[in-house]
Formats: sequence, C-alpha cells, structure tokens
Amino acid sequence: MKIQTPAPADLFQVEDRLSDEERLVRRAVSRFVDERFLPVVQRHFRAGTFPLELVPEMGALGIFGMTLQGYGCAGASAIAYGAAMQELERGDSALRSFASVQGALCMYPIHAYGSEAQRARFLPAMARGEIVGCFGLTEPDFGSDPGGLRTRAVRDGDAYVLDGAKAWITNGSLADVALVWAKVDGDDARAIRGFLVETGTPGFTARNVEGKLSLRASITSELHLDGVRVPAESVLPGTEGLGLRAPLSCLSKARYGIAWGAVGAAIACFESARAYARERIQFGRPIASFQLVQEKLVDVWEGIVKGQLLALRLGELEGQGGATAAQISMAKRANVRMARDAARTCREILGAAGIVDDHPPMRHMANLESVYTYEGTHDVHTLALGRAATGIDAFT
Amino acid sequence: MPLKLLVTAKRVEDPESRIQVKPDGTGIVTEGVNYKLNPFDEIAVEEALRLEEQHGGEVVVVSIGGARAVTELRAALAMGADRGIHVRHDGPLDPVVVSALLAKVFEQEKPDLAILGKQSIDDDQNQAGQYLAERLGLGQATFASKHDSLESEAEQKRLPGLAVSADGTRVTVVREVDGGVETLEVRLPAVVTTDLRLNKPRFASLPGIMKAKKKEIREIPAASLGVDLTPKVAVRKLAAPPARKGGVKVADVDELVRKLRDEAKAV
Repeated sequence: MKIQTPAPADLFQVEDRLSDEERLVRRAVSRFVDERFLPVVQRHFRAGTFPLELVPEMGALGIFGMTLQGYGCAGASAIAYGAAMQELERGDSALRSFASVQGALCMYPIHAYGSEAQRARFLPAMARGEIVGCFGLTEPDFGSDPGGLRTRAVRDGDAYVLDGAKAWITNGSLADVALVWAKVDGDDARAIRGFLVETGTPGFTARNVEGKLSLRASITSELHLDGVRVPAESVLPGTEGLGLRAPLSCLSKARYGIAWGAVGAAIACFESARAYARERIQFGRPIASFQLVQEKLVDVWEGIVKGQLLALRLGELEGQGGATAAQISMAKRANVRMARDAARTCREILGAAGIVDDHPPMRHMANLESVYTYEGTHDVHTLALGRAATGIDAFT
Repeated sequence: MPLKLLVTAKRVEDPESRIQVKPDGTGIVTEGVNYKLNPFDEIAVEEALRLEEQHGGEVVVVSIGGARAVTELRAALAMGADRGIHVRHDGPLDPVVVSALLAKVFEQEKPDLAILGKQSIDDDQNQAGQYLAERLGLGQATFASKHDSLESEAEQKRLPGLAVSADGTRVTVVREVDGGVETLEVRLPAVVTTDLRLNKPRFASLPGIMKAKKKEIREIPAASLGVDLTPKVAVRKLAAPPARKGGVKVADVDELVRKLRDEAKAV
C-alpha cells in the first residue's frame, strides 16, 4: 500500500493571511505550548490542578492582555490574539481559559473602564502574571440571566461594603484580585458596576468546585462576599451607567478568543486521530485506509478549515473597529459546536485507546462541554442570533 | 568591552511542512510550505544576545535573499537583536556567493565577532562560515558547543557558551569534534559557527515581536556589493529519498541484539 505524507491541517493556508508579526506570535505561543505545557497537562488534568508555575513564563511571553496598548502590554492585533488563543487551546481549554480570564475579562475592563491609578497599579503586574485576576459576574441563581444578579455594594463613607455570592469563577481561589459585578442603589440592571476586590480582604472567601469532569486542569471556584469592605476608589469608574453593557463587553472579547481557541482544540484532536489511524493496523492494514475512518477524518478536517476561515474573518472585522455581537456569537457558537463534535469523532477513531488520557481527544471532549456552556451558552447564542435573524426577541 | 556582533538569519523551509519535489526535479513545490528562521542561526542569535547581555554592545542580524527574507530578520529582531541588514538577492545562491556577500557586509560593519549557524537546514552545506573566515583572513571556530548541558544551571541563567576575554581581544570556544570536544582560543575579530548543543534559544516575547516592527532593517542590493553573483554550484536534479520500509517492534533487548547481529549484521 502506498502511504504518502498527508496534507497539513491548514488546507486553506490561513497562515498565509497572517502578517509577519501575527505569524511570529502564533509560533512563539505554539512553541511554548509544545515545550512547556503539553509535557505536564496529563498530570494536571488528573490531579485537578493548574500549572501555576507557567504563569510567569506566560507573562514574560506577553500573552496576558496582549491586545492592550501601553502598561507593559504588547499592543498586538486581534488576529495575533486569536492565533495565540488557538495555540493555547490546542494545549488545553484550561490554559486558554486562564489567559481569557486574565486578559479579556480582567485586564481589558481595567484598561477600558478603570481610573488611571487602577490601570497603573494593576495592568503591568497582571501582564507579567504577578497579579492573577478572576471575573465575578455569574451567581448561583443567575447564569444566562446576569441582569438579575443579587450581589450588592452599599456605600458607607469612603468605602463600599459588598455582600453576595458568585459561582463558576475560573481562577477564583488563585486570584489576587477579583472583578466583582455588584448592584449599587437599586435592583435594576442599570445599577451594575464593577469593583476590584483584593481577595485578601476580610469577608472574601473562595471555595473550589470539586468533582469536575471537565476543565480539570483549571481551577473553578465559588466566591463568597460577606461584608467585604473596599475603598470607594475600588469601583471601575467607567462602568457607571453602562449596566450590563460593561461586563458583556468583556465577555465579547473573551468569546472572540474562544471562537479561535475551539479550532485549536479541534486541531489537537484531529492530529492525534489522524496519526493514530495511520499507524493502527487492523485486518492487516492501517485503519486510515478504511472508508468509514476516512469519512470521519474528512468531516473533522472540513469543520476545522471552515472554523479557521470563520475565525480569520472575525479577526479582520474585530481589527477593523470591532466585530458585532452577532458575529462573535455566531463564531463562538459554530466553532465550539464544531470542536465538540470533532473531539467526539476523534475519540471514536482512537477506539479503546481514546478513553485513556495518553491521547488528547477525550480530554478536549470533556473540556469542550464547559466551553459549550460558558461565556454564553450555546442556546443563548442561538437566541441572540435568532433575534438577529428574525428581528424578534425570543427572550421576552 | 562592548561587543559588536554580526549574526546570520537565513530563511529556510519549515521541516514540519510537507516538502515535495517538483515532478521535473528542478526544485521543491513551494505552495503551502511554511518558512522559518534556520534553527542553527536561531542558536547563533541567542548566543549573540547573551554575549550582548554580558558585555554590552550591539547585535546586527543579516539575511541574504528575496523580499520575504525580511520575515526571518524580524524573527531575530523579535528575539532581541538590535537591527537588521537585508542583502537583497532573488537568484540562486551557494556558499561561495553567500560568503563573498557576508565578507562585504563584515567589512562595512566591522564587528568583533561574526556568529553563523554551522549550516542551514535546507541544503545542509556547512561551508559559509569557513569560507567567510578564509576570505577575511580571520580565525575561525566551527561547531561551537559547551561543556554544560542544556539542562544545566548555567543554561537556566542564560550564560553564554562563548567566553570573550574581558579586554575583548580573544574568544574561547568549546567545539564539537569527532569523539569529544576541543577548546580553542581565537583572536578577535573572528568567525564562529554554532552547533546544536550551544544553547536553547529563547521564545520571542509578544512585546518583543511588536517592538521588532519598529527596528531598522537596511536593504542592500546584492548587485551593489561588487561580488560575482554567479553560483559555482548548479542544482541539476532533486529527487525524494526512497520511501522507508516499515520498522518492526522487538520484544526485548535480546531480540534486538539478535536482529542486529543476524539480520542487520551491524554488531
């Protein structure tokens, strides 16, 4: 049987559409993932821990807040950021999640809505990875409906006192600072503001979620705020009057990264399944020679290529003044679904070997269940797009 | 003493791309092939940056080739090199021409030390550094390596493997030779070529990549350097190596030794 070298996963040469800088960024992150992260991911996934020792290295590499200007940030393009997220998630969704939370969900709002003093104090140290942040919007009773959140901030002299609880917070117990979204004066979503709460403040506790079957190499916590007293200047001044728009703008940046990241997870699964299928002999020939296996690989590959093209175009739009919420929703929804399906199909190709963590597809498959649900569930993105498609809001 | 260091940065095919020979054997199919900085040159850049960190000075990277060679200069600038020189030449090259062009750049720049990868991974000729030293009448130390391993503490601290004397007149080079290592002391200016175990190149950081955009790259047309640009080597035909037969798995060391002795006649 003649076996030729297979084609690259990037069949449509998306790499050619990147600028020199973007290509260098992708390669730098790719090398970091291959050399520093992939050798330890299995151990951390099993143990349910995050490789914190890599955080300063990621900081030195400039991954955190890489699109921001100034304050020790790289000022890279949207496409460079996307390509970096793709490489991180080729490693594991936990690694990309860490970078999303630190950069898109914490540093971006400090940059966009923070005072000069807040920016100067937090951004350079967060870019270096010396300060780790977490983002507290979701509550035990308010997930897809964040406007109903119950955490309160009450003004008391030159301070605010915060009470409430936050749920499913990535990096919650690792964080030095939590960006907590709370209502000030009133019950309406317009009362929502962002507060930078140092996690050592009395009354602040974080409890890790145990028994996760997904994103095991990421720390997920519940936050409890019990009379947490913070200086008045802890509020992000720019969030006043924006209501939900402020936290949702952060989520848009993170979802943008997820649209790229999911492609990376799918590529890891595809390469693993393809290599296995070309080596695994059954009935005297590699299983990659069987038509059913080829169909599976081609379906996965086609999904990846379409996902890359979608992400690339999204990146162009984001770079030209900002992609719309609908564009970001469609890319997040499409690519995460694609990756979730791809991971499962690749696990099938690996047969029994696929259920062991020596191979990445099932780890990605489990991770992508979270990615499918967080940062706007698949269903909520469907409804946002349904509204865009019909002009009719199915929410209300 | 601050050091001026001239380092090569050649654009080569990324070996992870699918490399296919054209049906007529005149070259390789370039569509869909990715390119990268020659890994031996990457080690040379890393070594120069470490010397600059230790002694101060300047790291100048030079690449010879078509318009896209700038990409690899940017990669070297992103690692931290100070400025680039692009010797623009769109035709074929061989080590004779390359060394002649590098000699002209050397004469213009007057560095204390030229550091080149010992070879480039495209055609693996391993000649340019040696020719360059000979053309300039300088000492050379090829295949630079070091005693410390790539896992050692010295490597963690990014100490250079090349030891330049405090007065900047000599460099001590540990070089790989058949059956061991040899230590040479060479008077500066000199030419050094780098082997794989000299250092582990750094990751280019994202701020470094962005800063590299603003660093100077001077273009010099090769034709302006007064060098005969006719290669002495002509490529007549390229052919892919014969496909390898599949390997076999052995159960234990005994079987391996038996096969090596009886079948491969290797022991």
